Amino acid sequence: MLELYNLHARVVPEDGPQREILKGLSLSVPAGEVHAIMGPNGSGKSTLSYVLTGRDGYQVTEGSVLYEGEDLLALAPEVRAAKGLFLSFQYPLEIAGVPVMTFVRAAMNAQRKQRGEPEVSAPDFLKLSRIAAQQLRIDPDMLKRPLNVGFSGGEKKRLEIYQMLMLQPRFMILDETDSGLDIDALKVVADGVNALRGEGRSMLVITHYQRLLDYIKPDRVHILSAGRIVKSGGPELAHELEKSGYDTVMGAP
Amino acid sequence: MSEGKNILVKDGIDRGTVDAARALESDKYSEGFVTDIEMELAPKGLSEETVRYISAKKEEPEWMLQWRLEAFQRWKEMIEPTWAMINYPKIDYQDAHYYAEPKGAAKYKTIDDVPKEILETYAKLGIPLKEQEVLLGVEGAMETAAAARETPRVAVDAVFDSVSVATTFRAELAKSGVIFMSISEAVREYPDLLRQYLGSVVPVTDNFFATLNSAVFSDGTFVYIPKGVRCPMELSTYFRMNAKGTGQFERTLIIADEGAYVSYLEGCTAPMRDENQLHAAVVELVALDDAEIKYSTVQNWWPGDAEGKGGIYNFVTKRGDCRGARSRISWTQVETGSAITWKYPSCILRGDDSSGEFYSIAVTNGRQQADTGTKMIHLGKNTRSRIISKGISAGKSNNTYRGLVSVHGKAAKARNFTQCDSLLIGGDCGAHTMPYVENRRADAQLEHEATTTKLSDDQLFYARQRGLGEEEAVALLVNGFVRDVLQKLPMEFAVEAQKLLEVSLEGSVG
Ligand SMILES: Nc1ncnc2c1ncn2[C@@H]1O[C@H](COP(=O)(O)OP(=O)(O)OP(=O)(O)O)[C@@H](O)[C@H]1O
Ligand SMILES: [Mg+2]
Repeated sequence: MLELYNLHARVVPEDGPQREILKGLSLSVPAGEVHAIMGPNGSGKSTLSYVLTGRDGYQVTEGSVLYEGEDLLALAPEVRAAKGLFLSFQYPLEIAGVPVMTFVRAAMNAQRKQRGEPEVSAPDFLKLSRIAAQQLRIDPDMLKRPLNVGFSGGEKKRLEIYQMLMLQPRFMILDETDSGLDIDALKVVADGVNALRGEGRSMLVITHYQRLLDYIKPDRVHILSAGRIVKSGGPELAHELEKSGYDTVMGAP
Repeated sequence: MSEGKNILVKDGIDRGTVDAARALESDKYSEGFVTDIEMELAPKGLSEETVRYISAKKEEPEWMLQWRLEAFQRWKEMIEPTWAMINYPKIDYQDAHYYAEPKGAAKYKTIDDVPKEILETYAKLGIPLKEQEVLLGVEGAMETAAAARETPRVAVDAVFDSVSVATTFRAELAKSGVIFMSISEAVREYPDLLRQYLGSVVPVTDNFFATLNSAVFSDGTFVYIPKGVRCPMELSTYFRMNAKGTGQFERTLIIADEGAYVSYLEGCTAPMRDENQLHAAVVELVALDDAEIKYSTVQNWWPGDAEGKGGIYNFVTKRGDCRGARSRISWTQVETGSAITWKYPSCILRGDDSSGEFYSIAVTNGRQQADTGTKMIHLGKNTRSRIISKGISAGKSNNTYRGLVSVHGKAAKARNFTQCDSLLIGGDCGAHTMPYVENRRADAQLEHEATTTKLSDDQLFYARQRGLGEEEAVALLVNGFVRDVLQKLPMEFAVEAQKLLEVSLEGSVG
């Protein structure tokens, strides 16, 4: 479903020097699979998520990304979104004055419009919203507040997944969705994520901890270090990491 | 459209480019068309003769002519103000027509006399004057409350250049004693009311532009709501500038007698022209004991093109007098148009326990300049005022909030709350906030909050990642920014205003 080949990318900050962050990253996520990406701080995990979703300030200098056979890098961020790409942000942004539901409904309709589908009706939208909120145990009043403004770290993460359930994407990148969630919330959120697992849907789960992977069981685990996948394996790789740390695992043959 | 022919083609820019650019602009400003109709203009220039010409055209009584002439004498001695944060080339007051009317306008007795070009103009602007009357004519069409709700009834005074061409729902309004007519007619029909109130809020010599208006005002709306009457529908005036080389000098006077209520809307548009046209209006509101006036404006004059060519110079004096105890006046404005906006709708809180409100959204894009705000003058006891101003600057524009809260010696326990928020889109625009306070009372409660926010690329990316296009994303974020003010507008107007914001900010990012 998603094929990265020899991807090189650099950050192009408005001020400060350019730096190459991704240095020849290759990765293939077949349809229906969940892959985990683990790696030390600063290794380029978030950068990868931004490059895939088309954020400004990152420049791909070499390599390719195919999404369902199409050159993903040629598409505008909103077009990628309409084609089913979703990022649960490591640091969700605050949008003052725009209630959560207004935002999500606008997003949903914008995607539908791009795909040539009719707008969602108000009753249908409310129904979907109620189901998603229930599943994630989100207080409906929270959805009337401006998006992420004054929300706690955990609430923000929960809202990312609420948006994901609402938009029903086909390729999901979860960037440290577990950070900031308490133990109960982690389970609730993981259940929400698992509800979206299935044929034709894939995920890239970025995390530092095994705990999330206990709930969202990955098909593959990759270790990203210094801008490259240095090791791949089955779910057992994550356990190994948790036990022995990056140095030992990456050092092993 | 006959306008395209007069474009000066600059060196190195070929005709096609100019036309293409122009077509783009006109895509954005759909009100920028010209109505082709034979006009009668006053000769160019401003003199006593011009003043007499206008007064004669309006068949005014002698007192009105004298009033105008005095204003003109005063104006000649006045100096154009320069304190606002706006820059424009010197205006040549002799190089404009001060009166323009469609030929034969004086003879329109009913809507059937109004030429179809003019009716079509208003229909195109979304104001079907005729249909409104027809709807009214269908007996019982409005009987059920549901039907009335679905077809919001708004009485319209349609002002085309210097004349009011039609005023709808007059008969029906008259049934409740409401007077709703053009100010020209009112001068003839209700001289006593006019002599009592005209210039009583904005004195003839108030300021350069108000004095100019007093000398040459052409048309506008007169509203009188009698004691205890709640006006049965929204009243509105739609100002349309059409003729080339003319200024528009409208005058509006609204009086709410004791215990009366009225909600009044004002809309304005003009064709796209390369020249700058002057619009200098005066609006006076008077609220007597327990009366309430809500005045909403959606100002969408042609702002000029992206390079700052053309556009309306909007120098407006709007003031409400809360003359009676417990009276209330609220101004809500959405300012998206004009090359230059110079406008401070104000409230004089004279009556004890009276209150004034000012809610404003001012958008500037391209090379637009806006210097706008309000004055709240607390004279009476327990007077309250509230100011919410949202300035949005994009492109290379400049947006200034200028406000004065003045608490006089007798205004015991006066209260004011002011909130000024600025939103910057891009790095080439400016936002300025100038709140002035004069306070003579130790027991006054004055609060002020101000914020400046930059629409961040990160927020835009977040919205785009969810599927919103760049402009949709800007619109959504901007709507969030202005939400509390939009909610103050009557429903239909809020929808209109929201669309207008989107159009005004098109091309402001990327
Ligand atoms: N805009 C930027 N300007 C400068 N450096 C940047 C920018 N974006 C990323 N970097 C640098 O790129 C490197 C990779 O950052 P990235 O956020 O992708 O790491 P990460 O693997 O997600 O780390 P973490 O586990 O801490 O979230 C870091 O060294 C970071 O400082
Ligand atoms: Mg990260």
